[in-house]
Amino acid sequence: MDAFDFNAPLVFSVSSLNNYLRELLETDEILQDLWVRGEISNFSQPRSGHLYFTLKDSEAQIRCVMWKNAALRLRFSPSDGMQVEAHGAMSVYPAQGQVQLYLDLMRPAGEGALYQEFLRLKARLDAEGLFDPAHKRPLPRLPRHIGVVSSATGAALQDILQTLTRRLPILRVSVAPSPVQGVEAPPGIIAALRQLNQLPDLDLIILARGGGSIEDLWAFNDENVARAVYNSRVPVISGVGHETDFTIVDFVADLRAPTPTAAAELATPITAQELSLSLQAALETLDARLDGRLNTARQGLALAQAELRRASPRAGVQNALQRLDEVHARLERLGRSQLEIRSLRLANAENRLDALNPLAVLRRGFAIITDQTSGSLISRAAQTHPAQGVYLRVQDGTIPAQVTTMPTGAEKDASNP
Amino acid sequence: MQATPDNQPSFETAFAQLQTIITQLDNTELPLEEALRLYEEGKRLSALCASILENAQLRVSALNEVNQTPPPTAEE
Repeated sequence: MDAFDFNAPLVFSVSSLNNYLRELLETDEILQDLWVRGEISNFSQPRSGHLYFTLKDSEAQIRCVMWKNAALRLRFSPSDGMQVEAHGAMSVYPAQGQVQLYLDLMRPAGEGALYQEFLRLKARLDAEGLFDPAHKRPLPRLPRHIGVVSSATGAALQDILQTLTRRLPILRVSVAPSPVQGVEAPPGIIAALRQLNQLPDLDLIILARGGGSIEDLWAFNDENVARAVYNSRVPVISGVGHETDFTIVDFVADLRAPTPTAAAELATPITAQELSLSLQAALETLDARLDGRLNTARQGLALAQAELRRASPRAGVQNALQRLDEVHARLERLGRSQLEIRSLRLANAENRLDALNPLAVLRRGFAIITDQTSGSLISRAAQTHPAQGVYLRVQDGTIPAQVTTMPTGAEKDASNP
Repeated sequence: MQATPDNQPSFETAFAQLQTIITQLDNTELPLEEALRLYEEGKRLSALCASILENAQLRVSALNEVNQTPPPTAEE
């Protein structure tokens, strides 16, 4: 086995040299995310759509590539002699051993000045407290009336109205149209904000504009517009440009939305669909509360009934009835013995009465005589006279009879009173 | 162009009333008759809310684009 020669020089292939160089460049943080300013020269844009050019200043130059995807997003047409600021990453094109800048963003150099101005204004207003979170007003969870400041003809307004219709169609929307770019935009926006602030029941304002170049959006970096937003009585949601665009208005607004559509969404945190669910829940609670109340009433009733039963005179009545029954039974027992005594006595009396009954004598052959007309008892001869009608009552009936002659002894008795 | 049929209460108003009724119904001291009356009212309000949601259409009005100078007031 051969010993490894530690002293032999390390020999790269060209490919591995280029690869090593590329690795070196691509692992350097600064070189992978840098802005460079320079003048375009040797500009070419072949059929592929990629851009190839050189950026140079008075003393140096570097090759640049911008792939088609990035080139399509450019908001200006680059050409030779133009001063630009470009963003990208350094790498190596191995086929030519060419170190070059792969660009993803590029803007005219003047925009850099605008950006500086933007930063200065931002710093000044920030120091003044215009971005103070304490000044940001809470937005209503369920707005009723929303104001929109936007271009009457822009897609932003259509996006906003569509979104609001979709999410919360019970809303009222007042649109205050205004130009949103050009010199007339700042005063227009300020006037529109003032107009909307006069609506007494307005809940919030959406200030929106669709995407555009930094110049297009410049009205939203206007100091007076920023102050108008800050001084708005009604809270303001900004929705300007695209996700990546930040304007001064975004910092001043009570809420910043990345796009007009997003602004409309943030303006309506609760949707009609959610309201419908809440309503459903409220209805269920309503039913449950009534059920609860009815149950309470039922329990109360049951308690009261039990209480009533305990306190009721019915128990007393039943006790009394029972006592009455007992008394009754005693009375009955008592009554029966009394009755027996009485009936014995009665039988006794009847026997005695029988013995005294004058009719009983009739059975032994006596008769009772009564006057036919007066019905009075005839017990003396003097009570009779001839032709007098009498009844003779015997034991089994009555015999009508007539006195035929003068009764004997009658005169004697009559003259001897 | 105010297109607001304000003869009927808004969803928010009706829903707030419904919530109030629900709170009131939680009071067990409430006489039963009153509870039933509140319940009926709650049913009415919830039906109203549902119909508002169902028939809702975004009411959009456009303010006139104003000049940069404020409009003349009545005194002028």
